[in-house]
Amino acid sequence: MADIKKLEDLVIQVRRDILRQVHRVNSGHPGGSLGCTEFFVALYNEVMDRKDGFDMDGKGEDLFFLSNGHISPVFYSVLARAGYFPVNELNTFRHIDSRLQGHPTTHEGLPGIRVASGSLGQGISVAIGAAETKKLNQDSHLIYALCGDGELQEGQNWEAIMYAAGNKVDNLIVTVDYNGQQIDGSLEQVLPLGNLKAKFEAFGWEVLEVKEGNNLEAILSTLKTAKEKTGNGKPICILMHTVMGNGVDFMMHTHAWHGKAPNDEQLEDALSQNPETLGDY
Amino acid sequence: MKYTDTGKKDTRSGFGAGLTELGKTNKNVVALCADLTGSLKMDEFKANHPERFFQVGIAEANMIGMAAGMTIGGKIPFTGTFANFSTGRVYDQIRQSVAYSGKNVKICASHAGVTLGEDGATHQILEDIGLMKMLPGMTVINTCDYNQTKAATLAIAEHDGPVYLRFGRPKVANFTPENGTFEIGKAVMLQEGTDVTIVATGHLVWEALQAAGTLQEQGISAEVINIHTIKPLDDEAIITSAKKTGCVVTAEEHNYLGGLGESVARVLAQQHPTPQEFVATQDTFGESGTPDQLMDKYGLNANAIVKASKKVLDRK
Repeated sequence: MADIKKLEDLVIQVRRDILRQVHRVNSGHPGGSLGCTEFFVALYNEVMDRKDGFDMDGKGEDLFFLSNGHISPVFYSVLARAGYFPVNELNTFRHIDSRLQGHPTTHEGLPGIRVASGSLGQGISVAIGAAETKKLNQDSHLIYALCGDGELQEGQNWEAIMYAAGNKVDNLIVTVDYNGQQIDGSLEQVLPLGNLKAKFEAFGWEVLEVKEGNNLEAILSTLKTAKEKTGNGKPICILMHTVMGNGVDFMMHTHAWHGKAPNDEQLEDALSQNPETLGDY
Repeated sequence: MKYTDTGKKDTRSGFGAGLTELGKTNKNVVALCADLTGSLKMDEFKANHPERFFQVGIAEANMIGMAAGMTIGGKIPFTGTFANFSTGRVYDQIRQSVAYSGKNVKICASHAGVTLGEDGATHQILEDIGLMKMLPGMTVINTCDYNQTKAATLAIAEHDGPVYLRFGRPKVANFTPENGTFEIGKAVMLQEGTDVTIVATGHLVWEALQAAGTLQEQGISAEVINIHTIKPLDDEAIITSAKKTGCVVTAEEHNYLGGLGESVARVLAQQHPTPQEFVATQDTFGESGTPDQLMDKYGLNANAIVKASKKVLDRK
């Protein structure tokens, strides 16, 4: 049984890390990062079966792929606090000569990252490839992936979604960060996805939905169900309804903070809403 | 002439034969194909190892992404489709998921250039070498015959890193040694000469040998170098030859912008400025026709190499 209080403390600390990373370099993507904080914390600290340390091949452990690479601040914070690299390296986010590039990459050898992402729509394909290799290696561990909702406007996703169902890639759990926002506005304004659940189902996926995508217990319970449904001939999709900018009142329910950093006063306000728990880097 | 055609064969069949052999000798080799299994000669690998063959359908972007993911866990993916759909169609997928991510993916591309023939310009790519060589870390190989394509297919499985392997559709002379060694990045000296250097790649290598024969009859001694690896380029072989002959002709089934010729020109400009002529397409799309008609119309054969050689000799 998960220690929810401990995870909640970590969530608050990760929010602080996100805000401080983007503020320090005055760039980056806080909105989507804050919206997925509970998911990342739950996944890396309760759900995934991970080995100590990092090797690229990741045999004998669960693997995670981030498709919407722009939410790197939450990924970096959770990886650092899970021990993949020193937490104080978060100070180098988006700086020159850093392993913490604006969008995640393997190029500088940052432990925890297995593929570059940022140019959207490519992560599900990569995750499917890794899932097929798990099967070839007779490794029963699972592949997790996260993609954005707006990102599903990229056609490659639908090639991948078709492939995974048609080829029974059932060791794969893809979560969609369903916050309804993208750079130019709401999904509905920019390009509606229609009935996303029906679309995934029509392609042959098992679809779970979590209405409270910023509630740790709801996420944990849905991921547990998803895990139980693996190995049954269908890939699994979780539509995770989140609030962009969650945990910082003035960043919530808007696309305004998709790719904008807070100024000094805004940072102070945001941090005061999330008092330090595990210690700042 | 010391090179003889042992019987016309297509380079894509050399790839197929190499892949079949790899299936038996390297259990980590997996193959992905986007609905062109027969065209790519991947049928035998598929029949022998159905569990290691992945039919992705007409979905090249997903194929490239999957190949990148399959390397995680130690597999060596070989993707197969036409050169056009292997490069331009999936450039960003190759760039981010394969090249920038440093994944050990082998992008194997058939039907390159105009010799694809009757299907016309939608399927004939003349820009792929340029596209691929500009990607940091990408090795670019364009083989000249069946034997060399088979050898290259075996060699790239042993090379750790992304590779673009380019070959073609038509049956062409098969003249390099059977089961010969293939050293990535190493030029092959086919014929030594003193008056002009002909640096050729792919289907133009055999044409270069024919051209050298014609030039010989006219008292011109041509040196013929087979450049199967365009990147990394064997700078030393080119410079050494250019110093000896004093002029260079490059020959390729590709646009003169972005191809082998430009790579050679870069090396010469930096290390030993030398007059050079380009046998290549002149910034144009292809069209329908038989391979021979097209190679003639676009100036990609022995006659064109002879003409270019005489022109560059006059510039010495």
